[in-house]
Amino acid sequence: MRTLQPIALWVSLGLFGLAVACQSGPSTDNVSPTAPNTTIPGSSTGITYQSTPLNFTKPANFPDPVYDLAKNPLTAEGVDLGRMLFYDVTLSSNGLISCAFCHIQGSAFSHTDHPLSHGVGDKNGPRNVPAVQNVAWDNHFFWDGGIKDLDLLPIAPIENPVEMGERMPNVLARLQNSNKYPALFLAAFGSKEITSERFLKALSQFMITMVSANTKYDHYVRKEAGGDMTAQELQGLTLFKQNCATCHAGELFTDQNFRNNGLGVNPNVVPEDLGRYQVTLNEADKRKFRVPSLRNVARTQPYMHDGRFSTLEQVIKHYATGVVDNPSLDPLLKKNGQVGIPLSTQDQEAIIAFLYTLTDFSYVNDPRFGPIR
Amino acid sequence: MNKQLFLSLLAALMLSGWVIACKTNDPAAQATTGPFTLQLDNVVGNEDLVLKTGRYTNSSGEEFRVTTLNYYLSNFRFKQANGAEYVVPQDSSYFLVKESDKASQLITFPNVPMGSYTAVTFTIGVDSVRSVSDIGKRKGVLDPAGSATAANDMYWEWNSGYIFLKFEGTSPVAPVDATGQNTFQYHIGFFGGLVTKTLNNLKTVTLSLGQQPAVVAENNSPQVTIKADVQAIFGQSTKLSIAQHPAVMVDPYSATIASNYSQLFRYDQTRQLNHN
Ligand code: HEC
Ligand code: HEC
Repeated sequence: MRTLQPIALWVSLGLFGLAVACQSGPSTDNVSPTAPNTTIPGSSTGITYQSTPLNFTKPANFPDPVYDLAKNPLTAEGVDLGRMLFYDVTLSSNGLISCAFCHIQGSAFSHTDHPLSHGVGDKNGPRNVPAVQNVAWDNHFFWDGGIKDLDLLPIAPIENPVEMGERMPNVLARLQNSNKYPALFLAAFGSKEITSERFLKALSQFMITMVSANTKYDHYVRKEAGGDMTAQELQGLTLFKQNCATCHAGELFTDQNFRNNGLGVNPNVVPEDLGRYQVTLNEADKRKFRVPSLRNVARTQPYMHDGRFSTLEQVIKHYATGVVDNPSLDPLLKKNGQVGIPLSTQDQEAIIAFLYTLTDFSYVNDPRFGPIR
Repeated sequence: MNKQLFLSLLAALMLSGWVIACKTNDPAAQATTGPFTLQLDNVVGNEDLVLKTGRYTNSSGEEFRVTTLNYYLSNFRFKQANGAEYVVPQDSSYFLVKESDKASQLITFPNVPMGSYTAVTFTIGVDSVRSVSDIGKRKGVLDPAGSATAANDMYWEWNSGYIFLKFEGTSPVAPVDATGQNTFQYHIGFFGGLVTKTLNNLKTVTLSLGQQPAVVAENNSPQVTIKADVQAIFGQSTKLSIAQHPAVMVDPYSATIASNYSQLFRYDQTRQLNHN
């Protein structure tokens, strides 16, 4: 300790000298990511603003999350801000479309009114709106996996002319000039400055907290109260494990891979949606799409990237009798030269009964994920 | 290493950091670095590039006008006659050059070690590491959500990645677009993918800086003019025809265009600027 003190003094002196002597220099990196303790820049008193760190707890039956929380530590203020933004129509060009306009809580933040996404000026996008849930575990986003980093995702719907139709610089300027947002950014990030990084990371923080893991199935595997499955549901689970779980794998019900499950070319979508190919330009990826999670699937109709099926019955029928052979077809759906998955009517009903145990009623009603009132 | 040694080293580091960082504020300190400026001059063959009004003919004999020419340059390194190399610090090594923005065509590296430089190396585009880095590391011209001078127009938001080179214009041989104009668009990106390998259109260019080295000295700094010749995009050995490929973006053919534009730059001249 004796040797340490004078050196520490020198170090702090050096730092102090650096800070004082170089004050006029341009500070290029004053937007450090959410440190829970941030001194308000420009305040002579050096008051420290204290945001409230939030713990992220992973459900016992889930793997470790993929999202790097160290680069964006959750705080109560950051999550609140993200939630405010998620429900804010001023993010769109016509002031009518929020994220929640397409991602509706009752349907696990998917959209059931339109088969394809529906945005500003009643324009249709080319794809079905997927659920937003458990995004902390996703390796890729979108049906073709075009986005790998959740922090970059919101730029896509905001700038998409058929979704929110706005430019990010306009959004940031509007928020900066608003009455309420600078104070919320101050609370979350320590200063009123609204940067792309802070805006995007606040939205990520809210979405990271959107964890859905309270289904009957979860209670069953975690051996908790409320996990009593019926004989038919259990039979469905067994059939699912045998026939579906290689692709819809694990507790997230997706192996996060890109596959072709034998959907025929949709004549109503022109030009054809080539899926993963549009991201990689690899021939072998043509007509492959990301295997979606099946959590809350009873709430996320319509189904498939183009919303072609409106019921789970149609989906199971597709696997049983509708699979179209094609060069990209996943080998799992063409075993021993037979296309599709042979399933009796009884089997189909059992699988559907099982899929219903994947509905998380607390998730679709949780006030923490609803609009701030 | 014992703790005491470590801490004194740390202290020394702090102090030297102080000295370096504040060099410019202290006239007594001996300068060891100086500025090096690159002037990007976009041309079409032997003519200057003039947006909208300039009329040119490409290697396929097609007439064209240019409405947009933007490109990213990154990862600069300068080589001295004696083999020593100065690598520009990563965070200060990304530039977006736009024909529509004069200021963007002048790139100054403020802290180049004094010496005689014979070559410069850089990447056309944004390297794969930065193409996937945290949003917090994408400042200035790399901010995909930033102001008009930033990446906003040079980024594919639905297929996260920068557009390395954007070249747009009009030509009588191009198809008519929604506004009634005959337009062509080339948006070339693709950094090779992160987990899944994809096309890699990043190109590294090394230019020799002429007969005489460019000298960074106490009271003297070089301004090197580099010409970017749009004709190179149309190519000679592999010709890009507007009629055949009026729009190339996320498309395997982008590899051909990228291979053409790897020849975009040529050294033009060096001026030594005296500053006393
Ligand atoms: C006009 C409707 C619409 C709006 C508005 C919208 N989205 Fe989406 N969202 C979609 C569609 C469609 C997809 C799928 C896109 C694709 O696969 O190409 C999607 C995908 C997503 C996903 C990825 C889900 C997954 O599993 O791949 C997230 C997360 C998301 N949106 C968040 C947001 C946020 C945050 C906002 C607001 C900034 C927003 N969305 C606004 C329609 C919309
Ligand atoms: C070879 C891999 C594979 C197998 C096996 C498989 N699926 Fe799928 N599943 C997919 C892919 C890929 C999609 C998305 C396809 C698309 O949109 O183009 C999908 C989509 C779905 C959807 C629509 C989800 C949504 O949100 O739109 C449901 C429901 C579904 N599968 C259930 C099942 C069931 C039940 C089984 C077993 C009988 C099964 N799948 C077997 C790959 C598979």
